[in-house]
Amino acid sequence: MCLGIPGEIVEILPDRPDLARVNVSGVRRAINVGLLEADPPRPGDWVLIHVGFALSKIDEEEAAAVSRYLEELGQAYTDEIDALSQSMIE
Amino acid sequence: MRFVDEYRDADTARALGARIAELCEPGREYQFMEVCGGHTHTIYKHGIADHLPEQVSLVHGPGCPVCVIPMGRVDDAIHIASRPDVIMTSFGDMMRVPGSDNTFFDSNAEGTDIRMVYSPLDSLKIARQNPDKHVVFMAIGFETTAPSTAMTLLRAEEEGLDNFSVFCNHVTIVPGIKAILDSPDLRLDGFLGPGHVSTVIGCRPYEFIAAEYGKPLVVAGFEPLDLLQSVHHLMLQLAEGRCAVENQYSRVVPWQGNPVALEAINRTMRLRPYFEWRGLGFISHSAMRLRDDYARFDAERIFDLPGVRVADPKACQCGEVLKGVLKPWECKVFGTACTPETPIGTCMVSPEGACAAYYNFGRFTRERIRDATATASATAPATTATANTGGRG
Ligand code: SF4
Repeated sequence: MCLGIPGEIVEILPDRPDLARVNVSGVRRAINVGLLEADPPRPGDWVLIHVGFALSKIDEEEAAAVSRYLEELGQAYTDEIDALSQSMIE
Repeated sequence: MRFVDEYRDADTARALGARIAELCEPGREYQFMEVCGGHTHTIYKHGIADHLPEQVSLVHGPGCPVCVIPMGRVDDAIHIASRPDVIMTSFGDMMRVPGSDNTFFDSNAEGTDIRMVYSPLDSLKIARQNPDKHVVFMAIGFETTAPSTAMTLLRAEEEGLDNFSVFCNHVTIVPGIKAILDSPDLRLDGFLGPGHVSTVIGCRPYEFIAAEYGKPLVVAGFEPLDLLQSVHHLMLQLAEGRCAVENQYSRVVPWQGNPVALEAINRTMRLRPYFEWRGLGFISHSAMRLRDDYARFDAERIFDLPGVRVADPKACQCGEVLKGVLKPWECKVFGTACTPETPIGTCMVSPEGACAAYYNFGRFTRERIRDATATASATAPATTATANTGGRG
């Protein structure tokens, strides 16, 4: 729950500018991007996600570094991805 | 795995270790506290201590929000969940936190419906799907998760949901740090500031630590090199007689934080006069509750709570671990009565807790130390490879 996980914005949901579909290590889910409304992310951008909310934009290099770091954490990251894949944000 | 393989840039790590060693004044011991549980995790996982000279040690702070939840709040949550019309929702990390009788898992075996969710927004969905039930979200976390709860409340308000509420246990990091600074047991030379919390609050709230307490603080990223670099920045400040807040993690943390997130928190929550932190006791203005405008979403006002203060189990030394006075392995029940499978204290529950991090990775640290010592005697100069084995069980 404390982990910030990087995800790539796939699309902003039609009629819901506060929601975006992201790709996190192959898992595609909707997250809320309302906290970034001052500088909204676009498809292709990377964001750091906490409990279903994008908290900051990051560049691709940082996303790759964070992903590598998280993969090394092992179980804690697997649990987080499992939790995300159960998520049904709408 | 050899310790050098784990680093993206082993040479940089070694060079940083050497530069830190050069900055040490002879005979002086340096203690820095890492406030964030994510840092604790990295420190054990990657054996950061192996790269630091013996004079420099890292002390774990209270930065794991699961670890600071007092038992009484777990009991209160179970009390709410025991009503037949309630579905309680919570992050997975909370499920095994012991209350005075039960964890959430145990309590479910006795008939409550406490569900794990990934996001507070998932709780909203459960509320929409179960109009005949009342869905409570057990909100925990520092300023990293508080904006999510706040945004969820704003959404519930917009939708006019009337079967959703929040049991708010959000804590704020700065009063926790202040309590540590005011505690007489500990002498610290500086802080590694939390990375993700700071993406929300920015760096300014730490300025009093430098200004009033004369301690430097460096907001640090989560990778091994981030931590070593941040320790180096702290050492440079001390060597130059400076004391300031610096941002090593500026590639993610903006100096002013995230104003939208702060505004959402501020709209829906206000500071409590005081709140109990496990092991640290009551700390003024250290937690949030819902504002009066959001009373109809406030589980504390909707349900009658026992609100009983429960003393921590006698065997538990989490308080000392949270304050950095004891190392995890120095607790009498560590690894015997208290393990991640059967935690007595909260520091053993969350992967970010100091005891769980050490339990899971401390073993590797010891193996690394052995490897490093063997390699060191064969090849490397002693300053960079000498492992800090002091006190390691
Ligand atoms: S070993 Fe268990 S009881 Fe002891 S400090 Fe750690 S979590 Fe608390």
